[in-house]
Amino acid sequence: MASPPRRFDSFRFLLKPLAFFLAATPFLFLLYNYYTDNLSVNPLDDITDTTGTWTLRMIVITLTMTPLRKITGWSGFSRLRRMSGVYAFFYGTMHLMTYLYFDKFFEWGDIADDLTKRRFIIVGFTAWSLMLPLALTSTDRMTKWVGGKNWKRLHRLVYVTAICGVIHYLWLVKADLQRPLTYGAIVAVLLGYRIVVFVRGRYARREAAKASSVPPAASLPVDSRQ
Amino acid sequence: MSFNKIPRVPSSEITPESQYYTRRSWLGMVGLAGVSMVSPSLLGGGVVPPQDRWPQGKKGPNDTDEKPSTFKEITTYNNFYEFGTDKSDPEENAGSFKPRPWTVKIDGLVKKPATFALDDLLKGLTQEDRIYRMRCVEGWSMVIPWRGVMLADIMKKAQPLPKAKYVAFETVYRPDEMVGQRRPYLQWPYVEGLRMDEAMHPLTLLATGLYGKDLPNQNGAPLRLVTPWKYGFKGIKSIVRISFVEQEPPTTWNIAAPNEYGFYSNVNPDVDHPRWSQKTERRIGEFGKRKTLPFNGYAEQVASMYAGMDLKQNY
Repeated sequence: MASPPRRFDSFRFLLKPLAFFLAATPFLFLLYNYYTDNLSVNPLDDITDTTGTWTLRMIVITLTMTPLRKITGWSGFSRLRRMSGVYAFFYGTMHLMTYLYFDKFFEWGDIADDLTKRRFIIVGFTAWSLMLPLALTSTDRMTKWVGGKNWKRLHRLVYVTAICGVIHYLWLVKADLQRPLTYGAIVAVLLGYRIVVFVRGRYARREAAKASSVPPAASLPVDSRQ
Repeated sequence: MSFNKIPRVPSSEITPESQYYTRRSWLGMVGLAGVSMVSPSLLGGGVVPPQDRWPQGKKGPNDTDEKPSTFKEITTYNNFYEFGTDKSDPEENAGSFKPRPWTVKIDGLVKKPATFALDDLLKGLTQEDRIYRMRCVEGWSMVIPWRGVMLADIMKKAQPLPKAKYVAFETVYRPDEMVGQRRPYLQWPYVEGLRMDEAMHPLTLLATGLYGKDLPNQNGAPLRLVTPWKYGFKGIKSIVRISFVEQEPPTTWNIAAPNEYGFYSNVNPDVDHPRWSQKTERRIGEFGKRKTLPFNGYAEQVASMYAGMDLKQNY
């Protein structure tokens, strides 16, 4: 595994504030354009699209952090993972609130109707719901309380959220599938990477078990990379 | 939440509440004021230069007396997939489209099939300004001051044969000028159709302009169909061919998603789109939602054409 590039480490204290600000810019732009009347003549559209798109992008960014850390060996990516995840939840919640308030005015009857009849709403709401426990257990204290192993297991729900998010997008477009399919391909690669890592790890463990069951003299060093 | 925080809007911009706002929209506005998120764009109008606001009021029997949408609203927020799928794409990408010179081919079951230069086709016909509601299948609406001729007048010129039962329309195919046509997310060219009586109906226009000017490219220059009691996508744009046929002609959105878009596509609050309700609509420029009316409020004029038909089957 590559050793962490040192030159980044001196700017370590800047990493999180910078990332925090960058991830907020789409929202700040939206607010700015809203107040300066620079959105389209149907602002509901812009707000819905922007918050929805950035939810998906933040999920993709979150899913990219671990592979990037493993490939580059730079631990900075790990430190950004939680923030991207929480931002995904933030944008997702704005997206949901836009629907509930700007689109439906909290008319629960209509909302219930959508939630039972319309598959793109169902799958979108599922995607958001699955992020809720992840956001709630994202603090240090909650992570400790849940416990490392369980926390890891729980947070694999983000894979389902990513898939649901892509399906939500696929099912809502009218004709041109190019954009949702692009996100679908990216998510497929990111999840595919994890499958490869998992299968390799299992294979390595099995080899290791085999090696340890033969007489010690014949055992070879095991490559335990994940 | 305090009621005296309702945003101040010039009284001329306020439309009678009973008529224009449903309860929920009013609640929405109070809520909006409560969190002090107020923007002119959400509250309708804002500061609109007078030349961009067509005078409100009925001039002819077919006009609505509702407040016309602004020129900007009508020309920057369009569905014209030939120029891209985002609402802003048509305005951004239609600049290099050439609506002149233009010819329209009239063929099929007519006495004399012919290709007309647009000016010859329109010669001798009265161009009228008409203020119509326009309801998009996506759940938003506008009020548009069209300029155009009655399709019925064009049909008289074409002299269809008695065998003709439908009229089929076709949009120009110019992938070099229409970026959207370079990718097959819809089947190009765009095609639409009407039953003979729908085509002959006095509300049915072939529009050549809006706001008293020639049609902007993004609105379907130089010639487009307007059927105000149907969803907007029936209003095929940049028409190059009108054919009279015996069988119900294929229509683009019906080919793309037959369970979502039917041949008739009459505005109907009781028939949901599979992915959303059609009961209400958002008028562009307004924050609240309005109730969608059967046949988009034109039931009196058009409902008789569909007497005895099951409109849930024939959506």
